[in-house]
Parts: sequence; C-alpha cells; structure tokens
Amino acid sequence: MMDAVGTPQSVLVLGGTSDIGLAVARRLVARRPARLVLAARPSPRRDAAVASLSAAGHEVTAVDFDAEDLPGHPGAVDAAFAGGDVDVAVVAFGVLGDQERAWRDHATAVHLMQVNTTAAVSVGVLLASRMAAQGHGTVIALSSVAGERPRRSNFVYGASKAGMDAFYTGLREAVRADGVRVVVVRPGFVTSAMTQGLARVPLSTDPDTVAEHVVRGLALRRETVWTPPALRWVMSALRHLPGPVFRRLPI
Amino acid sequence: MTPRKTLTGWGGTAPTAADVVRPGDADGVAAALARRDPRGVVVRGLGRSYGDAAQNAGGTVLDLTGLRRVLAVDVERATVTAEAGVSLDHLMRTLLPLGLFVPVTPGTRQVTVGGAIAADVHGKDHHVRGSFSRHVAGMDLMLADGSVRHLTPDGSPDLFWATVGGMGLTGVILRAQLRMLPVQTSSVVVDTERVPDLDAVMDRMTTDDERYTYSVAWVDCLARGGALGRSVLTRGWPARLDQLPPGARGRALAFAPRRAPTVPVTSPVPLVNRSAVRVLNEAWYRRAPRERRRDVQGIAEFFHPLDVVESWPRVYGPRGFVQYQLVVPFSAPDAVRRCLQTLHRHDVVVSLAVLKRFGPGTPAPLSFPAPGWTLALDLPVVPDLAGVLDRLDALVLDAGGRVYLAKDARFPASDLHRMYPDIDRWRQVRRSVDPDGVLSSDLSRRLGL
Repeated sequence: MMDAVGTPQSVLVLGGTSDIGLAVARRLVARRPARLVLAARPSPRRDAAVASLSAAGHEVTAVDFDAEDLPGHPGAVDAAFAGGDVDVAVVAFGVLGDQERAWRDHATAVHLMQVNTTAAVSVGVLLASRMAAQGHGTVIALSSVAGERPRRSNFVYGASKAGMDAFYTGLREAVRADGVRVVVVRPGFVTSAMTQGLARVPLSTDPDTVAEHVVRGLALRRETVWTPPALRWVMSALRHLPGPVFRRLPI
Repeated sequence: MTPRKTLTGWGGTAPTAADVVRPGDADGVAAALARRDPRGVVVRGLGRSYGDAAQNAGGTVLDLTGLRRVLAVDVERATVTAEAGVSLDHLMRTLLPLGLFVPVTPGTRQVTVGGAIAADVHGKDHHVRGSFSRHVAGMDLMLADGSVRHLTPDGSPDLFWATVGGMGLTGVILRAQLRMLPVQTSSVVVDTERVPDLDAVMDRMTTDDERYTYSVAWVDCLARGGALGRSVLTRGWPARLDQLPPGARGRALAFAPRRAPTVPVTSPVPLVNRSAVRVLNEAWYRRAPRERRRDVQGIAEFFHPLDVVESWPRVYGPRGFVQYQLVVPFSAPDAVRRCLQTLHRHDVVVSLAVLKRFGPGTPAPLSFPAPGWTLALDLPVVPDLAGVLDRLDALVLDAGGRVYLAKDARFPASDLHRMYPDIDRWRQVRRSVDPDGVLSSDLSRRLGL
C-alpha cells in the first residue's frame, strides 16, 4: 500500500531499463525496502538494474516486456502483477530516434508512434483495469513538454507524446472513483541514454532531478508534474505565442 | 450492486476505493461476510481513525453505523449494552440525563463503541482509569465464518484481548456491555495553568497528576529555545452537584451540545501553514489564564475540542495531515524533548500537539497505551515529512516506546514487532479465528498484520 506521505511498497517500471524510470523507482523506495518489478526486454542493462536494486535491499524481479509486441502486453502485465498489488507503475518506455528521418521515413514514423503512443495506451488500459480491481494504485506516465506545442525540430516525437499525454490525462478522471491516481510527468530536455549526443537546451535536466520532482509531486498529491517546474510557465507562454514568432525562436 | 466509494481516514491521506455495505443488523453483517470478497472485509464506524485502518482497497467495507441501538441500560449497576455502531455522542446524550457518563472519552464524541474497542481508545483520565477496554464487561464478536462468540476478559481472555486494539481484524464486534461512570453532573471542575517550558510541564504533571481525574497539556510546538514545550495544562475532576453554581443545579445533568458548524468543502490549498499556526498558538497560549482554579466547564467544552467544527480536516487541503502519537516510558522523558527538537530542526509545522501521562496498559497485544509520556502531533503533509517521521520512529524505538496504530498512516512494517513485542501471539489468535484472512484492511496490508 502507498502510505500517507507517498511512499509505496511495490513499484513496477514498464521500460525497466529507462534512465528516468529507474531513477524514479530508486527515489520512491529510497527510504524503505520494497518489491520492485522491472518490465523490459532481457538485456545486460536489465540484469545490471536488477543487481543494483537487489544490492540496495529490495526484492526485485524482472519481467519480459517488449513495448513493440502489443499482443504480448496483457501477458507481461499479468506477470508483473503476479507477485501482488502494484502500488506505483511507471510508464517509462519511449523512443526518440532521428527526428528528420521520422517525418520522412514511413517505417520510422510508424514505429515511433507505435512505441510512444500505441504501446503506452495499451499498457495504460491494462494498468487501469488491474489497479481499479485492487482499488488503489498510482500510474506515473512519463510524457514530455514536446507534446505541449509541436516544434519543427521534434514534432513527430511531440505528436507521439501528445497522444499518450491526452490519454493518461483523461484516464486520470476515468479511474479516479476507483481509487487510482494518474500522474502525468512532463519533463523538458533530459540528459539520458535516449538523448545522448543531442545538444542541451535551456532548462534541461537529468533523470535524478526528474525523479526528485516526481516524488515530491506524489507527496503533494500533484496530478501533473512539470520538471523542472518552471517549464509549466514557460510552456504556457510558448503555447500562446503567435506562430510567426514561435517559428523564429531558437528552440 | 453495492456502491463503490473512495475512503480515507480522518487525516485525508491515501484514498482507496471499496464496496461499502451498510447492514442494519447482525444478519446483514453475516451476509456481507458470506460474500467472501477475495480482497476481504473490514468494519468502519465514523471514520475517525486518522490513517488507513478503516479502509480496504478493492474489497468490502462494512459501515457499521446502522447497528445503532442502545439495547439495555441498568442505572442501578451503571451498565449499558449497546450495538457497535452506537456513537459515544449518542451514549452521552441518552445516558448523561440518567447520571451515567462514558468511562473513557477521546477528544471527539464521534466515535463508535466498536471503534473505541478496536482501537482501545484512551482519554484524559488514562492515568487513573486506563483505556476504554478496561470498562468493557463483555462483547459479542462475529467471526469471519459468521458464528458469534460472547467474549469476556475472564471467560475468553485470548480472543477478548486480541480484539481489544485489534483494529477490527479478529471479527466484527456486534455489541458490547460497558461499565459506565456514575456522575452527579454533566460538568467538570477544571484547573488551568500556563507552564513556560517542557521541563516545567513534565514536572508539574509528575508531581500532582494523581490528584486529578483528568489531565492533559496542550503544547506550543513552534515555541523554541528556552520556551520549548511551553504549554497550557488543564486538569480536573467530574463536578459534584455542590460544586455547581446554585442556579445551575436544577439542570445539573443536562447535555445537549449544539450541532457544530461544518467546513463546507475541502480547501484547494492547505490553509494550515507556519504563519497561521504561529498566530493561533500564540493566541491560544496568551488566551489561557496564567492560573485559574476550580473553573466549572461543560463536558463538551472540556473533552471534545475536536467537535467544535465538523469536517475540520478539510482545511488541510487535499494532501491532508498525519497524526503521529507516541508513548515513551517514564524512564525516557528526554525522548519527548528530542522529538520536539527534531521537528524544529527540520522546520516541520506542527498544527496541534498534546502531552499526557499514561497509566498502566492492558494485556492486549496491540493496545497502544503503556505507562509513560504520550505526545500526539498533527502534521500537515509536506514533501519532507516522511524522512522526519522516520527519525521520530528511531527516537521512539530507542526509548522503548511505540506509536498508535489507530493513527498510523506510514509506519514501516519491518519495525512493528519492536514496538509491539507480543504481535506474534496476536497473529496466532487471529489466525485461529480467521485462517483465510477474510478480515483485512489497508492498514493490515501495509503493516503485514
């Protein structure tokens, strides 16, 4: 059970090798030993994550989960709940890819939307039904500010995140009466494996800082977490800029 | 279809959803148990437990306020038999005019008889009269299989004392026989004094608490340094008829407190913050007389400050608040000081704090009161609260103390046996009457009870 100050006893990370997903899980259970389920494709990265979290005193299991394998999702989510209630599920998988290729190449565009949007919706439906049955639970959906106002430089990624963001924002209301919380997290540029090699932008952040803001938001019962928090106001301003001005911004 | 509702404890934290069933009698309770909800059943009364004791995520919650008949009153012998859903408020309104007072009352009248036993509640008279269960002559407990046992402290000590403080996890209390307190009036004679710091208040209480039936200190938790622990100490006795002003003697047993005004909605933001608490504490301390003797007060005024405004937790906003109540042995009074200092060091806002001395406990393995100092703190939820409370846990454990399960919302399961060393004996009794774990709650899941 989640306690009164936002500390869970069990955490599931979908995309269990994601830098942000793992950072959030680590911080959520930093104070007390917990049960963790890392759902990801088998890989040395996953093994390393299991090993390091186990060494920190947690009970960790790995579940095979491939975001691209949509028909495999129900089985993977069942396996993730096999050990008992899940207090917090972090939907952390996603791909960025080459954005110029993403709007020109059909297969790349479809793949990006499949992973970031369709697969996110797919697990969202499964998590909602599981958590509604247990009468409690928190879904943390890692969205992005990129979905807030599409930019020329990453609009396919932005479109995919806008889709999942809208889904989870609506799901929040659908499952509220079942004791389930949905927290949508909108980070700015995060330095992580996904963004390796890309130039940093202002207000960029790192996975640990994102995790800190998420955990703080949970204790404060926030439902949308902007990280860094200033992005809420920045994006709100950017949203309302006239197109010709927005287009000329160096972002 | 039973309606699904999201429920929280009085602190408003950690909401979860359950099917809420409100039976009107024992048959209804049996029917609800017979549904065999795979996620179990727990009883709820008036929802005054601060934490998650009376909620059961995904399962069934039995709202027992429908069992609300007072079944028998024996004025001569000062006993009453009441159904579990009867509130102490109802008992007082009904029985005070007959000269009978509830033997133990917590800071609110809005608790049920069943809840008072399941949490083994205490009041300002614990150092003299012990906890609620000391005044329970017997009770009927419906077990998970629907059978009913009549329990008395002598006839069935194991199950009786496992049910006392058992947080509703041994069965459903249907009715109880209580030994009431004969009184001549519905008033209390009160001595009030301001005490400048923690040492002084502990000293005052140690010296002459035994003279008083009721004793409690309100502590200003924002006062620092030399004023750390400055308090308003109120102590008193049930008033005798000859202590009332002559004009009031004709209605000496009257008791009809007005319905309290309600905080209408949950505030969107917490209204309880440092400056608000500082102003209120300062006002409360200064408003109190430096010293006033033999003041006659009504029962509601003296005992039930929490009933002055209804639904008051709403001012804490959607995050709610945590109540943390600890007891440490008399041999470790310093732990109380260190707890207050820890709260200061971490700049935690304490919206309410009360200090009191407990007398002897009961044989119940999960009953909270034990001889020593007890400090109860209301703490608005803020991001760093979790870590600070972990530090308080460590101080309490080191001192050989414990925290109160009826108020708990965040204690770590791993340390529970250190605070309640007889817990395995309690688990054994529970398993013997509920082998399938039908009775379960968010609290029992969280703490691995």
